[in-house]
Amino acid sequence: MTAVSYTALFHLLLPEVIVIVTALLVLAADLLISRTAQSRTRFTTGSVLSAIGCIGAITLILSDPQQANVFNGTLVISSETKLVQIAILILTVFIVVLSIESSFTSHVGEYFAVTLFATTGMMLLVSSENVLLIFLSLELLSLSLYVLAAFNKRSSHSAEAALKYFLFGGMSAAFLLFGLSLLYGLSNSTNLVQIARAIKSPPLDPLLAVAIVMIVLGFGFKVAAVPFHFWAPDVYEGAPANSASLIASSAKVAGFVIFYQVMIVGFAGAEGSGDWRSYAPGWVPVVAVVAALSMFLGNLVAIRQTSVRRLLAYSAIAQAGYILLGLVSHTEQSFGALLYYAVTYALTVIGAFGVISIVEEQLGGEKLSDFAGLSRRAPVLSFCMLIFMLSLAGIPPLAGFFGKFFLFASTLSAGQHMLGLLWLVVLAIAMSTVSLYYYLQVLKRIYIAEPPSEAKPIQVPLISQLTLCAIALSILVLGCAPDLFLKWLHQPIRIAHF
Amino acid sequence: MLAWTIYISFLGALALMLPRLPAKAARGIALLAAIAGFTVTISQLLRSPSGAMTTIVHRSWVPSLGIEYHLAADGISLLLVLLTGIVAIAGVLFSWNIEHRSKEFFALYLALIGGVYGVFLSADLFLLFVFYEIAIIPKYFLIAIWGSTQREYAAMKLALYSLVGSAMVLVVLIAAYVVAGAKTMNLLALSQFQFPLHFQMWAFPLTFIGFGILAGLWPFHTWAPTGHVAAPTAASMLLAGVVMKLGAYGCLRVAMALFPHGLDSWGFSVLGLASWRDVFSLLAVIGIVYGALVALVQQDFKFVIGYSSVSHMGFVLLGLMTLSRIGLTGAVLQMFSHGVLAGLLFAVVGRMVYDRTHTRDLAALSRMHLNKAIPFAAVTFVIAAIASIGMPGFSGFVAELQILIGAWSAFPIYVLAAGIGIAISVAYTWRAMQKAFFSDAGPEATAPTLPPISTPERLGAALLIFASLTIGLYPQLLLNLVIPALNSPLFDGLRKGHWQ
Repeated sequence: MTAVSYTALFHLLLPEVIVIVTALLVLAADLLISRTAQSRTRFTTGSVLSAIGCIGAITLILSDPQQANVFNGTLVISSETKLVQIAILILTVFIVVLSIESSFTSHVGEYFAVTLFATTGMMLLVSSENVLLIFLSLELLSLSLYVLAAFNKRSSHSAEAALKYFLFGGMSAAFLLFGLSLLYGLSNSTNLVQIARAIKSPPLDPLLAVAIVMIVLGFGFKVAAVPFHFWAPDVYEGAPANSASLIASSAKVAGFVIFYQVMIVGFAGAEGSGDWRSYAPGWVPVVAVVAALSMFLGNLVAIRQTSVRRLLAYSAIAQAGYILLGLVSHTEQSFGALLYYAVTYALTVIGAFGVISIVEEQLGGEKLSDFAGLSRRAPVLSFCMLIFMLSLAGIPPLAGFFGKFFLFASTLSAGQHMLGLLWLVVLAIAMSTVSLYYYLQVLKRIYIAEPPSEAKPIQVPLISQLTLCAIALSILVLGCAPDLFLKWLHQPIRIAHF
Repeated sequence: MLAWTIYISFLGALALMLPRLPAKAARGIALLAAIAGFTVTISQLLRSPSGAMTTIVHRSWVPSLGIEYHLAADGISLLLVLLTGIVAIAGVLFSWNIEHRSKEFFALYLALIGGVYGVFLSADLFLLFVFYEIAIIPKYFLIAIWGSTQREYAAMKLALYSLVGSAMVLVVLIAAYVVAGAKTMNLLALSQFQFPLHFQMWAFPLTFIGFGILAGLWPFHTWAPTGHVAAPTAASMLLAGVVMKLGAYGCLRVAMALFPHGLDSWGFSVLGLASWRDVFSLLAVIGIVYGALVALVQQDFKFVIGYSSVSHMGFVLLGLMTLSRIGLTGAVLQMFSHGVLAGLLFAVVGRMVYDRTHTRDLAALSRMHLNKAIPFAAVTFVIAAIASIGMPGFSGFVAELQILIGAWSAFPIYVLAAGIGIAISVAYTWRAMQKAFFSDAGPEATAPTLPPISTPERLGAALLIFASLTIGLYPQLLLNLVIPALNSPLFDGLRKGHWQ
């Protein structure tokens, strides 16, 4: 255990501190102008301040080369955690910028503050190896998300979504806590590395098996994997678009990263094997089954949806299945594959929700039929949606394709036998073929169906349009040149002479 | 230099997306891009007419995974690139009358062509797959927006069939990459890697079927007739002329080159079939005869041509399965020949006849005396028809002859069946020609007045006829390209095991 002074700790936590301070500043600023200013001005102020805060935190992370592991893994700062934090912050920037032109609430300051609190939760969540701190940051994140889901007080759907999310979330948190406490009982430690050292003992301890199931359940809920997915469609449908986009994007990234972290580090030695016909008990087969179910169910149910948000929810369940392949394979490569996929997926979803929120505001709905003929009414917006949907379907040269390729390749290279995990990859590829069908359903409405007869062109707000174009472009660029992202995995993150 | 065929097409597609561009300029830009691509190919052919593999661009792309941006061309790819250029120009000429959302039409059209060029020029398996999938989406939109009969159904069917095929290919591609050590995706390097026999035994059929779906392999051909019929003229020309060749090219270039031992005998026999080679050659022959028989009973003019494509592509697949030099050469020639002729036939049916008469029903057409109303169309169709049934002097003859010679030593019975297929093809072509153009049904001398055949159509038809005639009269032009390509180290494994 290294002794660390509080100033040094403060220094290490500076990015998180900046985000928190920004949140408080946003609250204060909004309080000052809320009486006089219009909703539009308040949203702009909040959004600009939050974006500046996040960008400040990013530059700070980039400029500070130090790596640390303090208080026995309570706070870990490495190039990987930095990369994840930067990704989360960038996603948050996109989300807050996309909310500039929205008007769903009169509690503007609170909305941005809670978004930033959630971001802080994610940043802390991914930079700890201590189960206690992991649980606390997860709760900070979850509570913020429950509030965000309920933010549209005028809509009963929003309240329903939040309540469902809260009830399911509370329950899964209890399961997770139970699992973690079992781990503590088994290992007498809250540090993941020490836990792994203590439990390394095949044959599998029955108590450990229970802990594994509980923890997979808890995190499975966070990432909306089958069979813990029931909240997702309602939350995606009911929550305000900006909140849903946060829940679906950066919160997912953080969830996947910490899921990976806990399983890989905390359960090292209890992997077992999910190989075809050479199954061995451990956490890998459990996650493999969850992944297979998610891919299967998510893709098939998405076919029947008529609401684009619900369609995205089921597609998210399916995508969670793909991303979990990164856990199942757990090789050196797979963290990169998982992170690349999760981040590009999150970007895509933010974009898709951005389009949906504009369509909702202008046309009053987000059913598939509301998208009819959109390409004639808002060509740029439609083109962005085309990129997002095709990337989700995994069509090259977009990021979704390379992500899938990378994930599947790393999954196949894993396994104790050659091509042992082929069954999962075959299922994943087959199911992603199915997914093209429903993504094309959206694009079919946009590009092929005729617009309603009295339809006028849609006025797309300028900043949203630019942001969406930026997201679409980055998906294209990341897909064409994945090395722009991957190279950060192999070298410490810093800008020389910053 | 050749890489510019790809870039020009995609740049053209991008240029067409500019918001301020007048719709009238779209077809001009598309024509320009198509001609530019073709010119690049021709100048390359004139400069170095050898068919050996030459690298065009070779850059590192994703170094951590060993994926490279590697474009290369040998004789076979050059020939198919040339075909793409010809059909692309003709396709633009035959869509000169597109008014509805014409910018989007030509943008998608050029994107599709860019993808096709990319597949033919890729020397890296990952890159090849990327281009292969890029081609799927434009096809969907081209059919679904500008198509006719059951267009949305046909478009979705085509997209899903293509994607199922490419999913099968993707499984093998990733597995092969991993088995070979996850270091390279280079086609040549992978073809020299000794994959374990049991791996090749399942990887080969999966890849062959995956690509074969796009090549119209029976019984996975059903997307082809519906897709061709529903598609707008230029798209059906591209689909039948070029996209089906993508499939056959993949079969040869990926399935057979990488997994030559997948063609070995199983060591046991089921219903007289003892290897995947037997299975696929049987399927190819069934495709030849079945496609011809179904074409014989169609009432829709375009369906006749659609099913004839399945039949003609059966020859390509049969040629591949002969595994002899002459058979493979014939298969490649048939790809070129069918590409040109199918393009021409679809142009006559879709653009010259259907766009004017608004019907494709043979019974309705037979009352119209089209040989008097649009004699140019009638003449063009006659030429295309006799070329496609294998009249000496046209490209179809040299191609099919070589395939049959190649097949003779391997499967004499199949040659007989394929011969019957040719006989039926004469029957269905004659039937369609007679009904559509030279029927004496209906009242005499009441040929409807139809818009005259326009200059772009004449140019397009002349271009395609010229191509077919040149190859038919002087096949050596293409043989000089194909034969060195078949000698390339890419096919080492195939030569060692099976070559006759």
